[in-house]
Amino acid sequence: MKKNHYSRRSLLKGGAAALAASAFPAPMIWAQDIKDITLRQFGTGVSNLNEVAAKVKEDLGFTLEMTALDSDAVTQRAATQPDSFDIADIEYWICKKVWPTGNLQAMDTKKIANYDKIVGIFRNGKLTPESTIAQGTAPHTVGFTSGPGGTDFVAEESGWMTLIPTIYNADTLGIRPDLIGRPIESWTELLNPEFKGKASILDISSIGIMDAAMVCEAMGAIQYGDKGNMTKEEIDKTMAIFTEAKKAGQFRAFWKSFDESVNLMASGEVVIQSMWSPAITAVKSKGIPCVYQPLKEGYRSWGGGIGLSANLSGVALDAAYEYINWYLSGWVGGFLMRQGYYSAVPETSKEFMTADEWGYWFEGKAAAGDITNPFGDKLAGAGDTRDGGAFYDRMGKVACWNSVMDENQYMVRKWNEFIAA
Amino acid sequence: MQRLLKSADVTGWLLAAPLVLVLAVFLILPVVMIAVVSFWQATEFSIVPAFSFENYEFLFGSAVTYDVFWNTFRYALITWALTLGVGFTVAYFLAFHVRTLTWQIALALICTVPFWTSNVIRMISWIPFLGRNGIANSTLLSMGVIDQPLEWLLFSDFSVILAFVHINTIFMVIPILNTMMRIDRSLIEAARDAGASGAQILWNVIIPLTKPGIMIGTIFVLTLVMGDFVTVRFMSGSQSANVGRLISNDVGLLQYPSASATAVVLLVTVLMVVGLLLRLVDIRKEL
Repeated sequence: MKKNHYSRRSLLKGGAAALAASAFPAPMIWAQDIKDITLRQFGTGVSNLNEVAAKVKEDLGFTLEMTALDSDAVTQRAATQPDSFDIADIEYWICKKVWPTGNLQAMDTKKIANYDKIVGIFRNGKLTPESTIAQGTAPHTVGFTSGPGGTDFVAEESGWMTLIPTIYNADTLGIRPDLIGRPIESWTELLNPEFKGKASILDISSIGIMDAAMVCEAMGAIQYGDKGNMTKEEIDKTMAIFTEAKKAGQFRAFWKSFDESVNLMASGEVVIQSMWSPAITAVKSKGIPCVYQPLKEGYRSWGGGIGLSANLSGVALDAAYEYINWYLSGWVGGFLMRQGYYSAVPETSKEFMTADEWGYWFEGKAAAGDITNPFGDKLAGAGDTRDGGAFYDRMGKVACWNSVMDENQYMVRKWNEFIAA
Repeated sequence: MQRLLKSADVTGWLLAAPLVLVLAVFLILPVVMIAVVSFWQATEFSIVPAFSFENYEFLFGSAVTYDVFWNTFRYALITWALTLGVGFTVAYFLAFHVRTLTWQIALALICTVPFWTSNVIRMISWIPFLGRNGIANSTLLSMGVIDQPLEWLLFSDFSVILAFVHINTIFMVIPILNTMMRIDRSLIEAARDAGASGAQILWNVIIPLTKPGIMIGTIFVLTLVMGDFVTVRFMSGSQSANVGRLISNDVGLLQYPSASATAVVLLVTVLMVVGLLLRLVDIRKEL
């Protein structure tokens, strides 16, 4: 029995018809086949949303199965169980760990319709031509490989991408303004004894260490050569400062999952902590004041993208490319931007947002009316502006990217000791 | 062939074979694998076969390891003492104070009610109860017992032990109850006739005869607490560590060899504890 009804060759023959068809969002000639396809996607909870899967079914016809895991589990699965997924929705620092295993395949940028519109951060590293590139694992440094089958990273835009960027944001500390009652301006406040027993940091080493470094650098306690690639001494010093604070009872708890961070903040157990943007949204939508506080030292940023399993081929691979093109075509971007993330191709998302939403989320303008997220929760009212302002203000103040260091194993062990101390 | 099958030796082996096979594949082999991997080395994303003591060197070279093992023992001992106290009392009440068998069975079943939900859920439901603005604190505040919320109720050793006791007491109750039910009542009558007081009967008759149950409960509780990582993670807000968390952190970070090394040391420690306990009471003889 033949596995597919169409061989590669017959697909190519139908290519002309397909091209014609792709001009319209109408079903393609292999629509019947593509309907039977199920792509298994897994990733962190951030963008693994059922709404996306439902919309894929509606717009593209095939089934997308989503599995949400925490960052460590995602890394582990991508590195060790390549047969368990078709699409990996991972962060760039995870890509740095996973790409060399060869479990993902390089993607041909020629097949990506909106490639030229992808923001500079993911291509040459520069948001605007004048931007300086922040420390850490900046996405463009692990975004390209030498060619199909490559397991290396190359600096230039080679035409073969490791991940197609989909989502990113600038992270900072979340605070409860009602319980703090004074302005917070610096990362140093995380270790301020004033918040003893009411602070928290996330227990995911690669991200937690960056938050810790932002704090230590802001305190003036450590001068880092590169926060994203620390030396052993820098790691030791950073962990020593945090271990001391932990022993002094500075932290109420550490969190590992998104929900934990929301609960800690909403219940008032914690008033200042590392946080992710949708967690702030989740706290706010409960009617509890919570601010994603811009800090003078800048943001810690992260970016995620979609990678394709090396096992994908044939119709399933075509479906995956279609999924990627659809992802960048605007609907998902709008869906994500209305939750406070950024889309890799912001301009296509604009059509899927109202002018007021675009102004609030992207341009940093005051909202004219109520701003709601895609789930209908009210996040801001007329006159409110976004914490941190416009896209270029926020993404332009990135101090470092989430990263994997050369001394990663040493850092992991030290982090483990810090958690156990 | 017939004669061969009839020989007691062969039948014995054949009868034991399925169990031996199952244990070999699902118990012995994995443990051996763990022991082997503990000598391997890890890179970022893969494990490399080697024969190196590096994992053990790092483990024994780090002061944190000793702290964490001490912490594990501390949790185990405190939980053991509390579950024994509660478990023994409950079992004693069920065995000697509840008169009818129907009620004994009914009450014993009630003890198992918490098992109808998963232990993670039972544990997590403590969190809103004990929190800074939780039910416990707001009740105490409104009763005027305290004027500041008690911070140590949650994300502390207290909450960890509370959850451990809550989850594990049943493992003490059942084996102790089981042995108590089998104590010949005439022994107690005889003791009473001989003029023993209630306390003397408890100390000289009931406790010695309940030892096997206590020992089995002890083994259950100690091994469960020493191997746990979920309870410690959630109830301490990730702030405290025991050996299980050390292993789970390593696994999460793909450091399988180092996790294996820790697991081997934990396994040896727990086996030593169990071995010691079995020396104190010969469970086989007593059952």
